[in-house]
Amino acid sequence: MTLRRLLKSLVIPVFLLVGLHASAQETILVSGKVSDSKDGSPLVGVSINVKGTTTGTTSDATGKFSLKAKPGATIVFTYVGFVNHEVVVSTPEMNVALTAVQSSLNEVVVIGYGTARKKDLTGAVANVTSKDFQKGNITTPEQLIAGKVAGVSIISNSGRPGAGSTIRIRGGSSLVASNDPLIVVDGVPLDYNGISGAANPLSFINSNDIESFTVLKDASAAAIYGSRANNGVIIITTKKGKGGALRFTFNTNNSVSQLFNKVDVLSSSEVKSLVNQYGSPKQMSQLGNSNTDWQDQIYQTGFGTDNNLTMMGGLKNLPYRLTVGYMNQTGVLKTDNLQKTSVSLALNPTFLDNHLKVDLNLKGSAQNTRFADEGAIGTAVGFDPTQPIYSNDKRYGGYFEWREADGSLIQNRANNPLGMLEQRWDEQNPKRLISNLQLDYKFHFLPELRANMNAALDYSNSEGHVYVPDSAASNYTSGGLYRQSKQEKKNSVFDFYLNYAKDIKSINSRVDVTAGYSYNNFWTKNYFYRDLNAKHDTIAGTKNVNFPYDIPENTLMSYWARLIYNYGSRYFLTASLRRDGSSRFSKENRWGTFPSLGLAWSIKNEDFMKSNKTFSELKLRLGYGLTGQQDGIGNYDYLSRYGLGAQTAAYQMGSQYVTYYGPFGFNSNLKWEELTSYNAAIDFGFLNNRINGSIDFYLRKSQDLLNNVPQAAATNFSSYVLANVGSLENKGVEFTLNTNPVRNTNFNLNVNFNVAYNDNQITKLNYNPNDPTGLPTGTAAAVNGFVQIHQVGYSRNTFYMYQQIYDENGKPIEGLFEDRNRDGILNDKDKNYVHSAVADWIGGFNADFTYKKWSGGFVMRGSLNNYVYNNVFANRGRLNNVTGAYIIGNASSNYLTTQFKGENDKQTLSDYYLENASFLRMDNIFAGYNFGKVLRDAATLRLNASVQNVFVITKYQGLDPEIANGIDQNIYPRPTVFSLAINLDF
Amino acid sequence: MKNRHHVLVLFLAAVIVSTGCEKKLDLLPTNDITAETVFSTAAGYKQAAAKFYASMVVEGNPTRDIPPEIVSDMGNTGFLRMYWYLQCLSTDEAGWTYFNNTDPVGIHQMTWSANTQVIAGLYYRCYYTIGVCNNFIQQSTDAKLSERGITGADATEIKALRAEAQFLRAYNYWVLLDNFGNVPFIDDSYVFGSGVLPKQIKAAELFKYVEDQLKAIDAGTDMKAARTNENGRADKGAVWALLARLYLNAKVYSGADRYTDAITYANKVIAAGYKLHPKYKELMLADNDLIAEKSAPAQEFIWTIRYDGTNTQTWSGTTFLVHGPSGVTGDSSGSNGTWNCMRITEQFVDKFASSDIRGQFWTSTQSKTMDVLLGDGTKGYSSSKFRNKTRTGAIGPHTNASKDFVDIDFPIFRLAEIYLIYAEATLRGGSGGNSTTALGYVNELRTRAYNGSTSGNLIPADLTLNFVLDERGRELFWEGHRRTDLIRYGLFTTGTYLWAWKGDVRNGTAVDSKYNLYPIPAIDLSANPNLVQNPGY
Repeated sequence: MTLRRLLKSLVIPVFLLVGLHASAQETILVSGKVSDSKDGSPLVGVSINVKGTTTGTTSDATGKFSLKAKPGATIVFTYVGFVNHEVVVSTPEMNVALTAVQSSLNEVVVIGYGTARKKDLTGAVANVTSKDFQKGNITTPEQLIAGKVAGVSIISNSGRPGAGSTIRIRGGSSLVASNDPLIVVDGVPLDYNGISGAANPLSFINSNDIESFTVLKDASAAAIYGSRANNGVIIITTKKGKGGALRFTFNTNNSVSQLFNKVDVLSSSEVKSLVNQYGSPKQMSQLGNSNTDWQDQIYQTGFGTDNNLTMMGGLKNLPYRLTVGYMNQTGVLKTDNLQKTSVSLALNPTFLDNHLKVDLNLKGSAQNTRFADEGAIGTAVGFDPTQPIYSNDKRYGGYFEWREADGSLIQNRANNPLGMLEQRWDEQNPKRLISNLQLDYKFHFLPELRANMNAALDYSNSEGHVYVPDSAASNYTSGGLYRQSKQEKKNSVFDFYLNYAKDIKSINSRVDVTAGYSYNNFWTKNYFYRDLNAKHDTIAGTKNVNFPYDIPENTLMSYWARLIYNYGSRYFLTASLRRDGSSRFSKENRWGTFPSLGLAWSIKNEDFMKSNKTFSELKLRLGYGLTGQQDGIGNYDYLSRYGLGAQTAAYQMGSQYVTYYGPFGFNSNLKWEELTSYNAAIDFGFLNNRINGSIDFYLRKSQDLLNNVPQAAATNFSSYVLANVGSLENKGVEFTLNTNPVRNTNFNLNVNFNVAYNDNQITKLNYNPNDPTGLPTGTAAAVNGFVQIHQVGYSRNTFYMYQQIYDENGKPIEGLFEDRNRDGILNDKDKNYVHSAVADWIGGFNADFTYKKWSGGFVMRGSLNNYVYNNVFANRGRLNNVTGAYIIGNASSNYLTTQFKGENDKQTLSDYYLENASFLRMDNIFAGYNFGKVLRDAATLRLNASVQNVFVITKYQGLDPEIANGIDQNIYPRPTVFSLAINLDF
Repeated sequence: MKNRHHVLVLFLAAVIVSTGCEKKLDLLPTNDITAETVFSTAAGYKQAAAKFYASMVVEGNPTRDIPPEIVSDMGNTGFLRMYWYLQCLSTDEAGWTYFNNTDPVGIHQMTWSANTQVIAGLYYRCYYTIGVCNNFIQQSTDAKLSERGITGADATEIKALRAEAQFLRAYNYWVLLDNFGNVPFIDDSYVFGSGVLPKQIKAAELFKYVEDQLKAIDAGTDMKAARTNENGRADKGAVWALLARLYLNAKVYSGADRYTDAITYANKVIAAGYKLHPKYKELMLADNDLIAEKSAPAQEFIWTIRYDGTNTQTWSGTTFLVHGPSGVTGDSSGSNGTWNCMRITEQFVDKFASSDIRGQFWTSTQSKTMDVLLGDGTKGYSSSKFRNKTRTGAIGPHTNASKDFVDIDFPIFRLAEIYLIYAEATLRGGSGGNSTTALGYVNELRTRAYNGSTSGNLIPADLTLNFVLDERGRELFWEGHRRTDLIRYGLFTTGTYLWAWKGDVRNGTAVDSKYNLYPIPAIDLSANPNLVQNPGY
């Protein structure tokens, strides 16, 4: 019995359906080769099915196939990017040439509430399908398209397994509200808030299941999502069952993660000599004799394995796809671990002569995570290297800790970094199930009319705890820690729409009209628990929580309509209108209207261009749209409310501790942020689209921006209240170029390039238009106040710092800054607006090739003029990091350059620490080999080796130039990951 | 055909079930409630009143009262800590070791600006309390009470709380008057959330307002009589004490002196039966609530704000006066140890005679001279005046497990200050008092300060204005009076009296007279175009 048969016999009963009883009589063995009609090159992996049966196969690495079919049966060849081809069986030999879909323009793109033909698109829509995804060990889906789409910046937040990313489409249009795009998975808009106990809510989606990403960049495309579309929309579509014979795919990806870089700190002997020179007698007596590299102690080599078994096929008219996945990844920070088990099922049957299409998607995932205490990273950098890792006794778990002579812990000490990791179990078990049922019904009496209903529930349940034993220094006084946590979330979606699409030949037009209703409810239940000690006893000085739980909830209700019109395949129009109601605003401001209009002119399809040999595509697009934003606003901010203070914050009157009711700040006039955006673009293609691309110009004007606005003192119950007062502009240009320089039987090469320029400028901040105050933002360690400011006339997150003065040798002089206003006093009036954390230019460059059975490629990303404040230098590059406290510490080796003592309160705000962090990163490089048929032709095997985060070219002196907010504190460093993937199809 | 109908029916049913009802957009929070609910019962009123008192002690809960845009570090946003920074740290009483964003940067050196966090912090803290008081006063008018059917003893109690709200508002306006001078004015006629911008009033007008308010409370019957209210709540004793303090400084505030009035109200306080607690070193201990009890053998405290290591936890209250002083061991302070923040200038230390027990200086880890201000916690003595221990030496009974939070209450007014007001106002020519009584009051303090010995007592000729200033320094050290005193004596910004690091110079220097007032925070100038900055900033 072959493995395939074994699996089949196991799996089929699961479906409780009887299938696969294709009769053996009269069948013949049909075999042949599938090739590209253009150049005769073999096509690998073409789906070949006998129509009306479940019999099917795929072409192998040389394009060859064989299957059994009755003479007279029809064999269907399907292949992404090629026109479907049908052949009636007559002879045993069948060689087929498939024709590429003309410039992919008949491809259908998911655009939100339906699909559109690519050629009908008028907006800035980018589509990335699985064949173009980044390869390698990807633990979170958005990284699949990093560097692939012009104007979309995806920066991973840390090197933690499964960590999320900061995604910015066209520069971000908000200040305090969210700048994250809306993410929609199979029609289910995801909650913008995270899931408790998970590093990143997107990590629940198995990267393996994703078929495509569609990025709606401009408002003419995104406005169909109305009030949540300000920052663009990313639509994730997962793979569906396609029917045909039962096929299995098994892939396993195994990886090793390694750090090649750590923060340069002083050596043990350097610390010793500094303490002996500058330290107190107490500190001299504290010096140890060890030579401990604390960073080496907290980091390790990470290992990961990600395994997925997919089964797909069709049972009668029930196409299905089932994936089971298991991932286990240890972090490079000791004790960090992410385990994930996922199951996803797609059932895609049709009924009533294909009039009713049903899509059922279930995506379930359970994570089992131990979060390492990231505080250990900074502690390790600053911990005295002369001390040993372990003490000679058993107190405090055996770890070296700073003690007084009597053995008790010193107040305001740093805890042993390794002890911080190994004596803390922050274990979380979030589970999530995203399920949706979509019914699409083509009316029998009017097949151009469809009714579509999508009902979805995104449910998650997270439970976990933090446990610290009573021996750990961190929680020694309270006898350890047991902190319970629990959260439930229900995000329900109901969409209904009617779509009418018809080619009206008489007027040379195609009309596609959709109108619908959408309901979205976000429900969260956060449980509250009192902290207990390691023995689960109460800790002195803690009180019971006031409420066992809280249920924040919000609802969105929408009506919308869209028209896609095409005249003679030359003139295109897309118009949409959405009306959104949100529970987050008062009745007066609850509803907003969001229109859009897109126009396109396909010049190539004009008669005068038809004979033009140079252009294979030339299209002009113009778009306008109004979108909104309400993420980042509290659920009840418009209401005047009172909250009950904790029992530990009561006021004692007589002998009674009275818990109080206090009023919250509120703004009953709160409403949507609005963004008006304009887009003008040219799509072009040459040489039969072997060179193609587009240039987009855009202008995005945000108004009624939410900002935390100071309230005149005592006029509200909070001195800062969220209000719609700001405005901001982004303008930019995006250029995408895809080329296919070599394409022949043996060798195919694609080289793609994208680059985007964005200019971000704040145009209004406060009620008072001439107010010079700005909105300070960006706190950092050892900084008095803020590092950045939002200020009118400048980019958001502009650095606002003192101007350093240097000596004749170019060495910065501690505490000496330019008195910019020449008033003889150095104060915040002398601060200077210097650069922004937001890059001017971002780009991606990637190439991939196939040569015979080999394949390979790389993805590079770059960023120009993103500035980073090196807080590691500022906070740690001073003498008093070593000798300034009661205990000895360590400093960044930047101290050796500056010799700063650390006695000046403005020094950390010096522009000396601001660096241009432009970079070019080799994100990913991979090589693959296709073995073709193996195991006596029972399976095809592919191997893929890849390296992620290969190298970074930058002048930035810190560990990593890629910091989303531009403030480099001690982030969890991003490791280099080597992985080997094996893919077996059978 | 049948199937088709099923599909249509299914669609139709789903659509009907899900659409149409816009009521679904009316959502209310689970645990938070509206004003109507809070103010529906007498217990609710008391919980709302606890909020304006709590605004004097904690940082705010469930959300911070003072947002991070104003003071980034929450632990600095409580009233006492910021008040202490502006009143004590700005003077010879203290210097501060650190200069991170969690710290009161530039206060001791007098290099502050309109953007200094803790200055804005105190300003907004006062207005926060004023806002909560205004709201309570609006919600507790006679009309509202009868509308809500609250009568009898409940109504009487709520009216007392309303009078306390009026008092607390007056106290906070006094803090603003003293520190900022010319400030925006807003009272209970204001409609919250209306966006109407308050007008700025001059210090003299604000002085008049505070005076009128206090006198009205005193004249009324709602406020509880002196020494009759619950411990932790203000009564007429506190009203008189504030009036006495206000009148003592009247010349600074309004240009005209009012020493006779100061004596009048000091006399009212003294006549109410407050007495000095016999042991000075027990004033700032974990069980010092006993000194505020009307049943105490000697009730010295007129009004305290109350802290508790379990029930009233904050980083900004007396806990900061326990941990803050440099070098003091946890053993001594009844906590988990020192933050190494505060030290005292040598000029101030020198004001204490060796047998004066009040300094309670911590010297073992410290050098006396403050040669270095920033980054070195060992330069300058500190003090263990505030200790989280009871009179028996046990640690504060409600101290939390990690020994962060303490049980010490803080007296806003105590009798010793009233004695010294009486003495100073008499010396300054106020009528209604006499120098013999003044000498007697001061010698009562001196005897306690010399541990029961009369060796430190004065003869009439010793009792001068300068002596009273120094005596106030010694008696009320670190209790939040020093800046006001130095300004009243014209010594705060001038070159007559210098201390270590005044004006950011090792041995001190005169600074611009603008520093006699703190600047209106830049944030409020931005929010309220009606405001004009104080001169010089």
